[in-house]
Amino acid sequence: MIDLILDGLSWGLLMLGSGFVVVGGIGALRLPSFYTRMHAASLTDTMGTILILAGIILQAGLSLAAIKLFAILIFLLLTGPTATYALANAALLSGVKPELDCDESEEPLKK
Amino acid sequence: MIIFFAVFLLTLLVITAIAIVRTENLFVAVMLTSIFSLLMAANFFILDAADVALTEAAIGAGVTTVIFLSALSLTAERERSQTTAKWLTIGVVSVTALVLMYATFDKPLLGDPNAPVHQHVAPWYLENTPILIDIPNVVTAVLSSFRGYDTLGEVFVVFAACIGVLFLLSAGNGIKAEDETPKSQGLRHHLIPKVVGRLLVPFIVLFGLYVQFHGEYGPGGGFQAGAIIATAFILHALLEGERAALAAMPRAALLGMAVAGAMLYGMVGVVCIALGGNFLDYSVLHSNPVIGQQIGIIVIEAGVGITVCGALLSIFHAFTSRRGLN
Repeated sequence: MIDLILDGLSWGLLMLGSGFVVVGGIGALRLPSFYTRMHAASLTDTMGTILILAGIILQAGLSLAAIKLFAILIFLLLTGPTATYALANAALLSGVKPELDCDESEEPLKK
Repeated sequence: MIIFFAVFLLTLLVITAIAIVRTENLFVAVMLTSIFSLLMAANFFILDAADVALTEAAIGAGVTTVIFLSALSLTAERERSQTTAKWLTIGVVSVTALVLMYATFDKPLLGDPNAPVHQHVAPWYLENTPILIDIPNVVTAVLSSFRGYDTLGEVFVVFAACIGVLFLLSAGNGIKAEDETPKSQGLRHHLIPKVVGRLLVPFIVLFGLYVQFHGEYGPGGGFQAGAIIATAFILHALLEGERAALAAMPRAALLGMAVAGAMLYGMVGVVCIALGGNFLDYSVLHSNPVIGQQIGIIVIEAGVGITVCGALLSIFHAFTSRRGLN
């Protein structure tokens, strides 16, 4: 019985995580500007990773594999957002301005 | 199921390869090469070649990308427009591809147990590894004991490559580009990468040591471990800047590592001769031949790891120190 519940939970997490990855992928292709695209892609790094790895940990059960997966999860949670930050920072420093919706006297900002 | 994944990954590989050829932006090409290596690693992994997958991921997708980027910072970002006859190139490539495709018809199918490669020496290795060496990972046994000569050759190839790159890059102007440009400062002013990177460096080294000494029991060994530890030092160099990295690990020490690892490997062979065995026949290293084999494997794997780490870091620093000159 408990196995069935764990299996169901794990599959639910895996499907949800895959959903986030797919949404992140679609967003990275469809969103208009660099920063919004990166925002979509960073969804894959965080929510996608957490949910999918949690699903696999439930599949692994109480074993060494689960601990290793947990270590991988921590590693990815540290590096993913850092990489996104570094990318955004590099873009900003090299002069890519965020596209703003409000058309005040911000025009000179656009290159 | 495996076939399905393999076909999917191979399709992605072909798409990536075409994209690499078509792009004129070299920076994009480097990133795509990294993706290509990662896909290749996944491909090796589903074919059950975990050791090779680990090497490909660590060296192909990791260290090589950084070295390519360092090389790219010495040159222009765009490819020069082609001047040679395009149709001739396409013709030669197409004919070669057709010949290769024709040749694959003679190959045994994927996973065919009657394929010659599974019938030649592989059964003997599988049968005798538990008896002669008694370690679970047959790949490590084959790599470092049964085929110890080949691996010795590979280590010297890595060493020679390192020496070659150093000669090419330091030709004409000595190695004294310790400059004060902002580039040599690294990412010291970026708080988040600095904090996370400093946190990760010791754990990456720890993981590298795990891969090094776990090679007898699972996927891993000197090549992978050397690359992973080199990655940690490269991350340190990127964070703290060239000067701090070279202060922690001077060029002479790195080159010394590349030499010492290869020497260590060779010396094990010489010690084997001195103790009355053949070159690289580790059985004589201990009264119990099985334990002798295990000692030999651990020592030569350490030699491999030291050489790979030293060589990769020497090459990396050779590129980054050139940057200050231009």
